[in-house]
Amino acid sequence: MTALDAPPALRRRRSPRVALTRIGIGALGILAIAAIWELYKAFGPADGVVIGDSRILPRTSDLAMPHIVDMVSRLFEPVTRADGSPPLWLEVSGAAAVTLGIAAVGWVVGLIVGVALALVMVRSRLAESSLLPWIVLSQTVPLIAFAPVVRSWGSKIEIGAFEWQDWMSVAVIASYLAFFPVAIGALRGLQSPDAIHTELMRSYAAGWWATLVKLRFPASVPYLLPALRLAAANAVVGAIVAEVSTGLRGGIGRMIVQYAGQASGDPAKSWGPIFGAIVLGLVAAGSVALIGGTLGNYRRAEVNS
Amino acid sequence: MSPLDETTDAVVATGVGKVFPAGNVTALEGVDLVVRSGEFVSLIGPSGCGKSTLLRLIADLDAPTSGTLTVFGKSAEKARIDQDYGIAFQQAGLLPWRTVSANIELPLELHGVGKAARKQRSAELLSLVGLTDFADRFPDQLSGGMQQRIAIARALAEQPSLLLMDEPFGALDEMTRERMQTELSNICAETGAAVVFVTHSIPEAVFLSDRVVVMSPRPGRIETVLSMDLGSASERAESLREDTAFFEMVTAVREALHQGAPARGVDDR
Ligand SMILES: Nc1ncnc2c1ncn2[C@@H]1O[C@H](COP(=O)(O)OP(=O)(O)OP(=O)(O)O)[C@@H](O)[C@H]1O
Ligand SMILES: [Mg+2]
Repeated sequence: MTALDAPPALRRRRSPRVALTRIGIGALGILAIAAIWELYKAFGPADGVVIGDSRILPRTSDLAMPHIVDMVSRLFEPVTRADGSPPLWLEVSGAAAVTLGIAAVGWVVGLIVGVALALVMVRSRLAESSLLPWIVLSQTVPLIAFAPVVRSWGSKIEIGAFEWQDWMSVAVIASYLAFFPVAIGALRGLQSPDAIHTELMRSYAAGWWATLVKLRFPASVPYLLPALRLAAANAVVGAIVAEVSTGLRGGIGRMIVQYAGQASGDPAKSWGPIFGAIVLGLVAAGSVALIGGTLGNYRRAEVNS
Repeated sequence: MSPLDETTDAVVATGVGKVFPAGNVTALEGVDLVVRSGEFVSLIGPSGCGKSTLLRLIADLDAPTSGTLTVFGKSAEKARIDQDYGIAFQQAGLLPWRTVSANIELPLELHGVGKAARKQRSAELLSLVGLTDFADRFPDQLSGGMQQRIAIARALAEQPSLLLMDEPFGALDEMTRERMQTELSNICAETGAAVVFVTHSIPEAVFLSDRVVVMSPRPGRIETVLSMDLGSASERAESLREDTAFFEMVTAVREALHQGAPARGVDDR
């Protein structure tokens, strides 16, 4: 929420050098986390740090915290000892791709629903004051409770040749998390034009649609892009959680649970799908950033003489 | 005063009043004003006397609460829908994601003018305001004065017979301001459009106008209307600023202003 409440970051053109610096800082961050992990593993108390009844820092055993090297090299070893078993990274990538596909469907549905809701709310004050509280409230429903309900409703849908698939339930849940930032961001963006611009459009006798297309949509871009990025991250989280709670096979959510069950025998393996999920989130957010790159002119700082 | 096609008056206000329900502010009361076609009329008066309000009523951005207002013999709303006027505000109000030429073409685009015709018109207007080289720049790459010139070009895009301007040079430095005044004077001579021009600057009003309307503070009324007999817009040049007739008019407007009330917010520059 806070990210959306702040005025949109109005981007200045970045030079390649700035971009390189940013990549460097990112890489440094990853190295720092790896260093902290290994340092804690080497020097931290073997039994972790326990306050009262809860362990706030993990044990340093190989079972709880495998070496980074082990986790990475495990990715290039076969999934199982069976003959012809593919390397772990391939298995993880396949599952991540499945989840990404479902999350993308959820993102698109969330985008459409979110923008449609924002349009209705921009069109009428009454709609805004009656819809907005429900939209906010919708996000307080616990996903875990909600997922099985969607699945059982979905299984009852059958229209002609169309039959509800289990992955669709997961996409619906992903879209449920994705539509929220879009609705809020689009609403703020569509309402962002100054009086001077709306009055200019009025002086041109431009109707509601013309004002929407020429003024409100372009003006909403700086608000919409961070919202879409947030929606992409939400869609991925929603898809993974929904895969777990609806028990959908093939995706990365299920794989995380399944490998975690085998962790006692092969602790490094269970980290494979977790890395996969992280990369998945980055790919999703990165794709949205690419869309943003093509819309640079809509993100020019507003200047007033 | 342009004697050409003086068929209908550009603006006729009869007993126009405006009360804002918020705080029950009487912004205007009993305003009678006629702006003839092709005439340049300035509104001057202390801050808060309702100059912008009057302009907004003419532009149909707000409705009067009493009296009648016609623009080219029609209701203000009809005139707005018919695109009889072009408007420029104190701030340029350019759309930041559009290039300079796309900003000028915005009204044409909205009214279905073809692409080639739009390009040609924006090129004409850019040369008129002397910014041809900046056609493909974005507003944030221009100075405030340049942006204001683009806004004026945009207001002229559809060759309106009435220009409404609310302190369009308010944010400019004195040098740019004087140059813009001369430019505007030339543009008016060329296009023959009537102008209603709000300003705080007495010399600016005198230099540009055929008549200066002096308003009194709350409730906003017309105090006096002074005719500037300084020749038609096309005859006015920089030298006019040093003319005795010019100074006499400046003094006359200043005295009229100070008669009403202590002229807060009006500068004598
Ligand atoms: N939307 C509004 N609601 C309530 N009061 C308003 C509104 N707009 C203007 N007013 C009031 O009407 C009066 C006239 O305002 P207006 O903006 O026309 O003055 P102005 O002559 O243009 O002043 P300035 O020279 O400072 O621009 C002011 O007292 C102002 O407070
Ligand atoms: Mg004003």
